[in-house]
Amino acid sequence: MLPSYAGPIETTWYYTFRIICGLILLFLIAPILVVMPLSFNAEPYFSFTPGMLTLDPDAYSMRWYEDILNNKQWIHSAKNSVIIAFFATIIATSLGTLAALGLSRSEMPYRGVIMGLLISPMIVPIIISAAGMYFFYSEVGLTQTYLGIILAHAALGTPFVVITVTATLTGFDQSLIRAANNLGASPTYTFFKVTMPLITPGMISGGLFAFITSFDEVVAVLFLSGFEQRTIPRQMWAGIREQISPTILAVATILVLISVALLATIELLRRRNERLRGIV
Amino acid sequence: MNEQVMATAIEGPVLAADGTPLKERLQKTLRRRKLIAAGLVLPLGAFVFITFIFPIVLMLFRSVDNPIVHENLPQTVAILENWDGKEVPGEEAFAALTADLVAARKSKMIGRVATRMNFEWSGVRSVFTSTARKAKKMEAPFKEALIKANEKWGEREMWVTIKRMGQPYTGSQYLAAVDMRFDIDNNIVDQDEDRQIYVMIFGRTLWISFLVTALALLLGYPVAYLLATLPLKYSNLLMIMVLLPFWTSLLVRTTSWIVLLQTNGVLNDIFVFLHIVDEEGRIQMIYNQMGTVIAMTHILLPFMVLPLYSVMKTIPPSYMRAALSLGANPVTAFVRVYAPQTVPGIGAGGLLVFILSIGYYITPALVGGRTGQMISNFIAFHMQKSLNWGLAAALGGILLVGVLALYWLYSKIVGVDNMKMG
Repeated sequence: MLPSYAGPIETTWYYTFRIICGLILLFLIAPILVVMPLSFNAEPYFSFTPGMLTLDPDAYSMRWYEDILNNKQWIHSAKNSVIIAFFATIIATSLGTLAALGLSRSEMPYRGVIMGLLISPMIVPIIISAAGMYFFYSEVGLTQTYLGIILAHAALGTPFVVITVTATLTGFDQSLIRAANNLGASPTYTFFKVTMPLITPGMISGGLFAFITSFDEVVAVLFLSGFEQRTIPRQMWAGIREQISPTILAVATILVLISVALLATIELLRRRNERLRGIV
Repeated sequence: MNEQVMATAIEGPVLAADGTPLKERLQKTLRRRKLIAAGLVLPLGAFVFITFIFPIVLMLFRSVDNPIVHENLPQTVAILENWDGKEVPGEEAFAALTADLVAARKSKMIGRVATRMNFEWSGVRSVFTSTARKAKKMEAPFKEALIKANEKWGEREMWVTIKRMGQPYTGSQYLAAVDMRFDIDNNIVDQDEDRQIYVMIFGRTLWISFLVTALALLLGYPVAYLLATLPLKYSNLLMIMVLLPFWTSLLVRTTSWIVLLQTNGVLNDIFVFLHIVDEEGRIQMIYNQMGTVIAMTHILLPFMVLPLYSVMKTIPPSYMRAALSLGANPVTAFVRVYAPQTVPGIGAGGLLVFILSIGYYITPALVGGRTGQMISNFIAFHMQKSLNWGLAAALGGILLVGVLALYWLYSKIVGVDNMKMG
């Protein structure tokens, strides 16, 4: 990287710049890493005990993880989170993919305006969306129901699906479809055999975005849910506001591991997509 | 003559295989394809409209909707219609009000009337509820009876306020949202000094958003540059460090900052250990504006790095080399050649971070303390605690207009299509 003719100033700057970047990356990643060891704290504190720093095994324990497993509320909210996110993702992905297929056609009228409207759930401040949904959903009897939260989360997740699938379709070679039609395939057959395999990576990564949006969402849940529909973020919110216990850190660690798994999936899909594009 | 026939054949409309003019046929096909495209978008369009856009429009309507007094004190409102507001009205109005109060108490709506009036004129709630309790036993002349029950009824301002609140639609919520109000003669004046708050909160929201955007740019630019210039196998690895926070739950990241920044937290422990501060001098870095800014910068930083990175990726490294070989020193080359080419990325990232931070709610609510609260937190307060939904809707309306204006700017400059995810 550093050319051989670089003088002392260039060399100094080269290393200074690297250090600055290192510190910024540390700023990004440290807060996420710091909760992990603290979640094994044997004491109910939020800081490293002297025992932890000397790596004394007695200073570490699994008690906060056992706490989660023995707590009916956490288990119940974990189930809720998965159920709500699952259905919200299915709705968001299917509707979002259809819309993306329409939007990426060159004949689509008023494309810009419609795209803008469909992306708006991502842009409108969440408090405004949640307040609006609260009034409307309570009028039609959807507050304190699973359906209400699923619909709300599906709406909040669709922009991600629309964006990722349209992005996959921009590089899509339309002549493939014409070729399929020309060779006698029906439109449905063409869709499942030609279009679908090519946009699947976009669909899945959009779906994962929608899933994580729902899985992480707390404000709409705060307004729309009753006690029965509490999700993990809602439970964490209450924990942080009322009495913050290291159990929260254990939950946080599990959530970080889930995000790592999701990120890895997305990354693999992106590479697969690039590879497929290369062949196309 | 032969030539003439040929000329007509060429000039006449070109026909498709089935004999219809080709132009018509093409138009028909195009129309059909447009319908198919629109048909594909329709399900999502309808879904987003019903579950999202329509509810928000309905909520915003609450900011001008003002039915309570109009519906529950109908006789009083009707009589005050013709009142000029110069002096306390006559017996007729008092009689109407007494009757209305009795009816409102019977229909159990008096509480809501009192609350609505109280939002407009703090402290009059009890005037309404207590008078309504006594109203049933009152006898003519009602003017004296009411003033005896509470001397506020003898004040002109009371009647002016009832008349104003009796209108089915009002702009008073929007006035309240910008720290203004109607005075006794229905002029628009500034809110009393000790009750002015929202202009300051809007200002603070803009200031925090600006600060977060500037910090994100300051921290994001070098990282994006490094990612764009490193060989792919290293940059992919570092990219994960940017993307992991992006994918981690917002509540987890906020919790982490509480753990790091609180007075007994990790960072203060390190400071004490390094003797930067002593045990008593632990720094308050959270539950104030500083906590909000730090945590928000961390959370929004990936939204700055990703657009910057994708722009920097397209800048050929040979431009910088050319500038250097033509004799520019590295600083000049960077400022004159490299930086101008990254402006689209700065615009895209900056606008996105600013748009997202202006409506932030969760982080300020959890780590903002008193001085780090933003406008969204006040909307939530009026939604959940004070139950002043009209004011919440008005504050939300102003916020939404601001965000949509910025979003419009974003779609003009960057294009919604170019929004990048991960």
